[in-house]
Amino acid sequence: MANVTLRDVRKTYPSGFEAIKGIGLEVGDGQFCVLVGPSGCGKSTLLRMVAGLETITGGDIDIGGRIVNQVEPAERDIAMVFQNYALYPHMSVYNNMAYGLRNRGMAEPEIDTRVQEAARILEIGPMLGRKPGQLSGGQRQRVAMGRAIVRQPKVFLFDEPLSNLDAKLRIAMRVEIRKLQRRLKTTSIYVTHDQLEAMTLADILVVMNGGQVEQIGDPLSIYQKPATTFVASFIGAPPMNLMALRDSGVGAEAPGESILGVRPEDIVISSETPANGLSLNLTVEAIERVGAETYVYGVRAKQGDAPTISTKAGELPPNEVIVRVPGAVGPAIGEPIRATAPREKLHLFASDGRKRIEL
Amino acid sequence: MVEHRRFGNLLPHLVLLAGVAIVAFPVYLAIIASTHDNTVIANGQMPLYPGSHGLETYWNTIVSGTGRTTRQAVGVMMLNSLIMAIGIAVGKIAISIISAYAIVFFAFPFRMTAFWTIFITLMLPVEVRIFPTYKITSDLHMLDSYSGLILPLIASATATLLFRQFFMTVPKELVEASKIDGAGPIRFFWDTLLPLSVTNIAALFVILFIYGWNQYLWPLLITTRDDMQTIVIGIKKIIDVRDALTEWQVAMATAVLAMLPPVAVVVLMQRLFVKGLIETEK
Repeated sequence: MANVTLRDVRKTYPSGFEAIKGIGLEVGDGQFCVLVGPSGCGKSTLLRMVAGLETITGGDIDIGGRIVNQVEPAERDIAMVFQNYALYPHMSVYNNMAYGLRNRGMAEPEIDTRVQEAARILEIGPMLGRKPGQLSGGQRQRVAMGRAIVRQPKVFLFDEPLSNLDAKLRIAMRVEIRKLQRRLKTTSIYVTHDQLEAMTLADILVVMNGGQVEQIGDPLSIYQKPATTFVASFIGAPPMNLMALRDSGVGAEAPGESILGVRPEDIVISSETPANGLSLNLTVEAIERVGAETYVYGVRAKQGDAPTISTKAGELPPNEVIVRVPGAVGPAIGEPIRATAPREKLHLFASDGRKRIEL
Repeated sequence: MVEHRRFGNLLPHLVLLAGVAIVAFPVYLAIIASTHDNTVIANGQMPLYPGSHGLETYWNTIVSGTGRTTRQAVGVMMLNSLIMAIGIAVGKIAISIISAYAIVFFAFPFRMTAFWTIFITLMLPVEVRIFPTYKITSDLHMLDSYSGLILPLIASATATLLFRQFFMTVPKELVEASKIDGAGPIRFFWDTLLPLSVTNIAALFVILFIYGWNQYLWPLLITTRDDMQTIVIGIKKIIDVRDALTEWQVAMATAVLAMLPPVAVVVLMQRLFVKGLIETEK
C-alpha cells in the first residue's frame, strides 16, 4: 500500500534523445493509474523507470514515501507483469511464483501459503505442477499475475499485459484485472496503447505523447473535455472529427483560426440545424456496420465550408467526417446527408491543437 | 510423394542399403578380425565369419595390451582418452558458456572487441600454433600430464559463438523478471540460463567429446610416458611394428574399443543432441 509520486522525471539517452521530457504524476494509495499513448510515446520507458529497469536522468521517483532513484528493482517492493509474461520456461507454475520469495529467503511454509492463496484467487490450482509451455495464453497471463500477487508488493506494474491475448480473452482478463485490483487494493500502474483498455481500467488516466503528458484526469472527464487535439483524437473510437475553422460560424468567440472537434457519436443526421450548432453537408463515401451501430464516412460536400487541417497519424483524412448512427439504419453510399451537432457537444481548440477553448 | 507404386520404394532402399553396407563393412571386418587368431589373419585369408578367440583377445587387449609396442594395457589408454575427452568437452563448455554470458548480458568497454578476439581464434587451431603452445606447456611443466593434454585445447570459439547465439534469443524480459525477483547475475545464470541451455550443452558435449577423443597430434607431441598414451595413439603404435608380425587381432580389438565410447555418447545423447540443434521455441 503506497503512493507513487513522480516529480519532473526525465530520461535522456546518451545519444541525446529525450525519451521522457519531465513528467510529474501522483498516484494515490490503491489507485489504478493507466498510462496510454501511441507506440514510442515513452509510456513503457516511464513504467520501466518506476520498476528500476531503466535509470532516470532527472527528477525523483517516490514509492511509499521513499525516493527510489538509485534502488535496485528487487528492493523497490514492486511487482511487474510483462507483455510476454516472462515466465521461467523450465520452472513449474508453482516454482515460477515461489522463485522471487525464495530469493528473499522466505520460509517454505509461508511461500506455500502465499502461492496456494494466489492460485486459489486466480483459479490456477490444478496447473501448479505444469510448465509454462503447457499452458494457454490466458493461463500464462494468470501465472504472471500470480507471480506478482505472491510478492504482496506496494505497487503492481503492468506493461501491456493483455496485448498477446485474443480479443475475447482480452476483455475477460481486463475485467478480472480490475476486480482483482479492487480486491487487493494495491496501487497499480498500467501501460497500454489501447484506449478502450485505458478508459475501462483507469482511476487516473495519463495520456502521453512524445515523452510528455498531454492530459491527466479521470477517464470520463478526459473523454468529455479533452485538453488537446491529440487527446481528442486518441481517446474515443472512432476518433473525434477535427476540422479547421476560419473565424466564422461557431468559432465566433475564438478569434482567428481554431480547430473544431465533434465526436462521431454526437452527430445526428437531421434536416434542421440546432441553434448555434454545427451543420455539415456530406456525401456518404463508406459505411461500416458493426451491428449495434453503424459508422458513416462522409466527405464534406462544399470544400469552401471550412479549410481542413493537415492530417497526422491517427487523425482523419482531410475533409472526411465520421458519423455514428444507431443500428442498421443509415444512408446509402453516394447519398447526400446533412449532419448536425448541438452546440454543447462541440469542442474547440486553439489552432496549434495544444489548448482547449471553452465554448 | 505419397504415390503408391509397387517398386516405388525399392530403388531408394537399395541405394540406402548399399550405402550402409559400404560404411558398415570395414567395421564388421574389424570386429571379425579381432575374434581370430593372429596367424589366421596373417596368412592373408581371413574368413568373414567370427572366430573363436574373441573373448580372450579382448581380455588380453584391455588388461595387458601388447608388450612389444605400446607396453601398456589398452584399458589404461582408454582411461587416458576418456579423461582427456571429458576434460576437453567439459572445459570447453564451461569456459565458453561463461564468456558468452559476459558478452551477451553485460555491457562493458570493448565488449565487441572481446567477442571478435574470441571469434578469430577459430582460425588458430592447435596445428597452427603448435610450437608456441608446446613451449608454454613445457615451461609450465605440464608435459606428460592430464592438464597438459586438456588445458591447451579447451578454449573454444565455436562453443562461445553457439552459446552467444542462443543467449541472444533469451527474451530480455526474462532477465528483468529475474532482477525484480531479486536474482543477481550469478543466480540468474544458475537458476535460469543454465537450465535453459541444457539441450545446447548436450549437443555441444557430443561434438566436443568426439573432438577430444579423436585428438592425435597434440597427445603425440606432449606425451612420452607409456602410461599417458591415449588410445588413438595406441592403435597407430600397435600396427607400426618392426621386424615382427603385427598383432592384428589386438590392433583390431583396440580399434573396436576406441569406437565404443564415442558411439555410446552419441547413442545416449542423441535425443538431446537433435533437440539442441533444432529447437527454437524458448
